[in-house]
Amino acid sequence: MSPLRKVRDWLDERLQWDDLIAPLREKTVPLHRLSYWYFLGGISLFLFVIQVLTGILLLLYYRPGANEAFESVQYIMTRVQFGWLIRSIHSWSANLMIFTVFAHMFSVLFLKAYRKPRELTWVSGVLLLFLVMGFGFSGYLLPWNTLAFFATKVGTEITGQVPIVGKPMMIFLRGGEDVTGATLTRFFGFHVAVLPGIATVLLLLHLLLVQRLGMSIPPKLEVQWTANPAAKREMKFLPNFLLRELMAWYLALGVLGALAAVFPWNLGVKADPFVSAPAGIKPEWYFLFMFQTLKLIPSKVWFIDGEILGVLAFGLVALLWLLLPFLESDQPSHMKRWITGLAVFALAYTVGMSVYGYLAK
Amino acid sequence: MAILRNKLRLFRAARYVGLAGFVVLAACLGYGQTTNSCLDCHSALPDPLGVTQEKFSQDIHAQKGLTCASCHGGDPTSDDPDNAMSRKAGWKGKIDHKQIPALCGSCHSDPAYIRQFNPSLRTDQLGQYRTSVHGKRFAAGDTKVAVCTDCHGVHDLRAPSDPRSTVNPVNVANTCARCHADASYMKGYSIPTDQFAKYNTSVHHQALTVRGDLSAPTCSTCHGNHGAVPPGIDKVQNVCSNCHAFQAQMYEKSTHKKAFEAASLPGCVVCHGNHGIRHPTDAYLGTGPDAVCMRCHTPGDPCDQARAELLYSLGQLDEANKTADQVLRVAESSGMEVSEARLGQDQARDSLTKARVTIHSFRTDLVDQDIQAGLKIAAMNLHAGKAAMVERNYRRFGLGISLIAIGMVLAGLRLYIKKIET
Repeated sequence: MSPLRKVRDWLDERLQWDDLIAPLREKTVPLHRLSYWYFLGGISLFLFVIQVLTGILLLLYYRPGANEAFESVQYIMTRVQFGWLIRSIHSWSANLMIFTVFAHMFSVLFLKAYRKPRELTWVSGVLLLFLVMGFGFSGYLLPWNTLAFFATKVGTEITGQVPIVGKPMMIFLRGGEDVTGATLTRFFGFHVAVLPGIATVLLLLHLLLVQRLGMSIPPKLEVQWTANPAAKREMKFLPNFLLRELMAWYLALGVLGALAAVFPWNLGVKADPFVSAPAGIKPEWYFLFMFQTLKLIPSKVWFIDGEILGVLAFGLVALLWLLLPFLESDQPSHMKRWITGLAVFALAYTVGMSVYGYLAK
Repeated sequence: MAILRNKLRLFRAARYVGLAGFVVLAACLGYGQTTNSCLDCHSALPDPLGVTQEKFSQDIHAQKGLTCASCHGGDPTSDDPDNAMSRKAGWKGKIDHKQIPALCGSCHSDPAYIRQFNPSLRTDQLGQYRTSVHGKRFAAGDTKVAVCTDCHGVHDLRAPSDPRSTVNPVNVANTCARCHADASYMKGYSIPTDQFAKYNTSVHHQALTVRGDLSAPTCSTCHGNHGAVPPGIDKVQNVCSNCHAFQAQMYEKSTHKKAFEAASLPGCVVCHGNHGIRHPTDAYLGTGPDAVCMRCHTPGDPCDQARAELLYSLGQLDEANKTADQVLRVAESSGMEVSEARLGQDQARDSLTKARVTIHSFRTDLVDQDIQAGLKIAAMNLHAGKAAMVERNYRRFGLGISLIAIGMVLAGLRLYIKKIET
């Protein structure tokens, strides 16, 4: 018996490892022409792990504080061995993760994978999407550069528009009336402690639900396979699907490395609260569709302030989005078509408004 | 029926309350307003007698509470034109052109009176005016020269800080040009009328109107306003040195000052011109069409050699800066962090600017000090830029190796999957 085998058996005797992964050995993944969409969740998970690892490495040198943050990131980018690579991978993987999480959500929507009994998987996934956007918003401020400073100022101001709770929320987020060093320390706390804690719990729940309920099959295919079980095609999760997932991760790693080496993440100019905001300042791309919508709403709609109306509308849409699986009835009816139409509209709106926001002056 | 009667009673009560409110509101709005019957008629009259309420309300004097009667006399509270414009009420009628400086001065030369409106407003305008060419000619009986209202306007006179004011820095040149650019009007004064056209091509005009720099010079900055005179030949550098202080310091100690004075040449203007002053370039030191040194110096003389040396050193630092900037720009666009070196280039450019200022000393040793300081900084920044480019290439090489490794793992995985699935 090889030494490796001996170690494995020794561990198995104590941890009962084989029993633990036994369900995974039994697990299968449906095989059809849309199976590749199943990889998006795994890629998002891989990018999240990259975020955690590079984030921990950045923590070794990053110093939160209005007088130190920018300089510490500059130090990471110029003096720390491979610091530029770690920071660039952290920033690029954050953006790629938000993209893959969005893509994952829309794939789930179009493949109708949110249906009973996977409602909680959808809810936990949407909550994770909101958290990922929270990660993006809080992390963007940490280098304490001009763009980040003013983007945070605008972003938290929008929060302040929410009736009744808006102002206290804005003061809570900023740590005062204005964006200052206190905001930076606070955002740092959210970014490295609060959000990762909540995200880990939600992620574990999400993964547990995925493992318990298995992969969803598109409704039409499900009908066909139920009628004709012989037509059903699937592959084993271990090792066939996992090896393919591993290939996707390697591919993502290659893309990340290329982006980090060819387009290292820009540092910008240190934030100066006393200068005016740069002309045409815009938020990160994943907030652009909301930002552009708020810009297009007239200042007054009937007697309501336009911005307040926009913020409330987005809040309502977010709530409905979260509860989407519960809005669909069990009966195959026009409601299902209505939700597909809504999904198409949401995708077109998000992409269209983002492009419009990017091009708008 | 009783219900209907009650409703009618309520309606009547509401009507009386509304009427009373209207009366109170009207009284409140009318309270504090000064009666000015002059505008009742003059707002309906054509120019030059027409003055509308809208126009007069823009006037700084009206805004400070003065009325037509403050200058023209009369009784603006009377609705009867005969009473309002009676000599008995002190009515002066149209103010004669000859009376204008004295009339304006009656308030504007009185510090006690002016202080109640604007304590920081000067009260020496009339005194200054009397020392100006305009004032002297006016005193000699020349009625064509400018008096207060010619520049400041009348009836809609605004504070100089108001962008619509005729004496706002941006509008001063246009105001002066109304007379000084009019060849037929200026006939007989033996002064050119192309100053405005030249000024419009100047770097000063560009700074003022294009860049919006209100500190940039216009006519009154060099000539004065109320005490406007052409600066004398020996005073030109005093005028320019108000802004270009360092150049003036260098020039004061230079050999050129004595030489220019001996030849009765007007300092700065000899090389830079006056109204049509352009942005100076290093070509001034050259031998081409823009050369200014060679207008006086002869090729091969010791000054010509110094000129060539100065031109060479300026060119050397300019070239070094451009090279460093170029390398740093490429490094930056490749995503390399070179902000410190980019910032350092500001110092190198400052050295070049300082050297160009030191040129006014006409001493090669002083200019060389600035040039050498700049060259040292530019070399350091160029080195930082080149190091960043080496680092960039190293990263890309590393990326290539990593991608090959990733590609090999992917191929291995693919082969393994194929193997276990067959």
